[in-house]
Amino acid sequence: MKLNRRNFIGSAAAVSATLSAPMVMGASHGRPKVVVIGGGAGGATVARYLAKDSKGAIDVTLVEPTRTYFTCFFSNLYIGGFREFSSIGHTYGKLAADYGINVVHDWAIGVDRDAKTVTLAGGGTLPYDRLVLSPGIDFKDGAVPGWDVTAQQKMPHAYKAGSQTQLLKAQLEAMPQGGTFCMVAPPNPFRCPPGPYERVSMVAHHLKANNPTGKILIVDPKPKFSKQGLFQEGWANHYDGMIEWVGPDFGGDKVEVRPDGMEVVIDGEVTKVDVCNVIPAMKAGKIAEIAGVTNEAGWAPVHAATMASKADENIHVLGDSSHQGDMPKSGFAANSQAKVAAMAIRGALTGSKVFPAKFTNTCWSLLDTDDGIKVGASYEATDEKIAKTDGFISKTGEDAALRKATFEESVGWYDGITSDMFG
Amino acid sequence: MIEFKHLLLSAVVACFAQAAAANHDGADAKRGERVFKKCRSCHKVGEGATNRVGPQLNLLFQRTAGSVEGFKYSPSMLRAGADGLVWDHVSLDTYLENPKSLISKTRMNFRGLKDPGDRADVMAYLRQFSDNPANIPEASPTIVGTDHEVDPEILALQGDPEYGEYLSSECVSCHQIDGADSGIPSITNWPVEDFVIAMHAYKDKKRVHPVMQMMAGRLSAEEIAGLAAYFEKVGQ
Repeated sequence: MKLNRRNFIGSAAAVSATLSAPMVMGASHGRPKVVVIGGGAGGATVARYLAKDSKGAIDVTLVEPTRTYFTCFFSNLYIGGFREFSSIGHTYGKLAADYGINVVHDWAIGVDRDAKTVTLAGGGTLPYDRLVLSPGIDFKDGAVPGWDVTAQQKMPHAYKAGSQTQLLKAQLEAMPQGGTFCMVAPPNPFRCPPGPYERVSMVAHHLKANNPTGKILIVDPKPKFSKQGLFQEGWANHYDGMIEWVGPDFGGDKVEVRPDGMEVVIDGEVTKVDVCNVIPAMKAGKIAEIAGVTNEAGWAPVHAATMASKADENIHVLGDSSHQGDMPKSGFAANSQAKVAAMAIRGALTGSKVFPAKFTNTCWSLLDTDDGIKVGASYEATDEKIAKTDGFISKTGEDAALRKATFEESVGWYDGITSDMFG
Repeated sequence: MIEFKHLLLSAVVACFAQAAAANHDGADAKRGERVFKKCRSCHKVGEGATNRVGPQLNLLFQRTAGSVEGFKYSPSMLRAGADGLVWDHVSLDTYLENPKSLISKTRMNFRGLKDPGDRADVMAYLRQFSDNPANIPEASPTIVGTDHEVDPEILALQGDPEYGEYLSSECVSCHQIDGADSGIPSITNWPVEDFVIAMHAYKDKKRVHPVMQMMAGRLSAEEIAGLAAYFEKVGQ
């Protein structure tokens, strides 16, 4: 608590500099220390690459509250019945045993940038030479009137994978015949741009088999969305007449929810729904805000070449939380940024060679059985941002064999990236 | 005339020049039939042709790779077909020159036709077994005499495996380092030359996969050599 307040007050206070002096020495004695907060696509990857490539020269601590991490990517496929829940769960045993990473299952609740320490909810303090924040997303308070986290049992977000995902699937399966599944889609920018629309496809896949008169209503504040043409073509092909998309022209940006009565109010008009998936507006994970590295929009600006925070050169921010330029907020992007950050951190702490930063991203989405699509791009670091250099997207009207191969490729990618994260 | 033409071409090819195209004013189906003798032990073409060691070659042009019914293709060929590889003058010319440049693990055990004239002629011969040969160009002038082979100077580059290891971090977001190949091909423990040829085929957009075209497109020849050197030895 004291540490947090001090950060809010500002870093220039002389008293904090005096207090922090012994900590700095503690951190710089012996092997340089890197603390990573968040064990997802960004955090697990950066921890693994730092440990692996420094061959023990860097002391790496990974702070992640959950012992089994469920990936957000492919959690929609679980909702659609294409994956077992257990297949998207991963543990940190290999990172600890094979890579020597100190895995701490705790919440980071404070960052003292002067003392260069992280405070844990369990009471511990971790000194660092470099801190990596990869905490994913949190939701903006009051983004959807009527909804807050106390309502997430009735109206799940299911946008951090885990029990919320299981809850949403259970609600979908219990939906009465002919009922309505409503999704309140988020405004830009948000985690996984095609995610809500892939989820709708998966919900529709379930309904087609189990509840064919069921309906899906998407209330969307955005005039357009990722891979829109491909999704809409897929919906027409597979789920004709089942999905209604209400954009801002029809009040999609003026939505309120009433969790107690399971009502959605769109531009003043009340609609009763049976399941309501509210995905609110997002911001960087809370610890980035606590560390004082976020901007007024709630994201953490970073230098593209190193992923170092523009507010503090000893803190790097990866993935969804970062404000970096052209890359979407995706697990693939976080994994890609983590490798650039690991190289930069290693270079700074051990003098290893630093090569030019390169970034890539690909986002696969599943429309229905064996109907996969993808979008992707490559990027480079400029002085100003991560800038797109080239890209591709699936085309409408592709044949079934290509779509099947695209889906199979996504399954192969899942295995690839999760081994790259967790060893 | 024809003989002279090929003499000239062979001479030019021998010194790795690529500018001979202009001298080749058309492919010769009759001569192509003679070249096809090299293929005949495995491939049948013409009336009643059936699959043998290789698939039958009737209606080859505009056919999707790996799509002849009843023929057991390599997974690599099936994947290329699913990615959208269609046989036309461009793709066939590349495949015939060096099958592995297009399909790394093809079952077609053939070194390739190094002479561009041989390839143009054999394609002119095969073209006759199409439904409507008139709709298929005899041989596009940009194809005849084009040398697709990766420049020997590029093949001779000694890759730095350490640099390759750094670059490989981009590859292993999708390709598994332990060599597993479900959905996405394995790229570990390939002979260096095969790896380099395959990557340059993506870079030159001869291979159709859009992700790989993008990834290879921004790698230099040195970077590809580094990756090849790293992946050749990985896990060994």
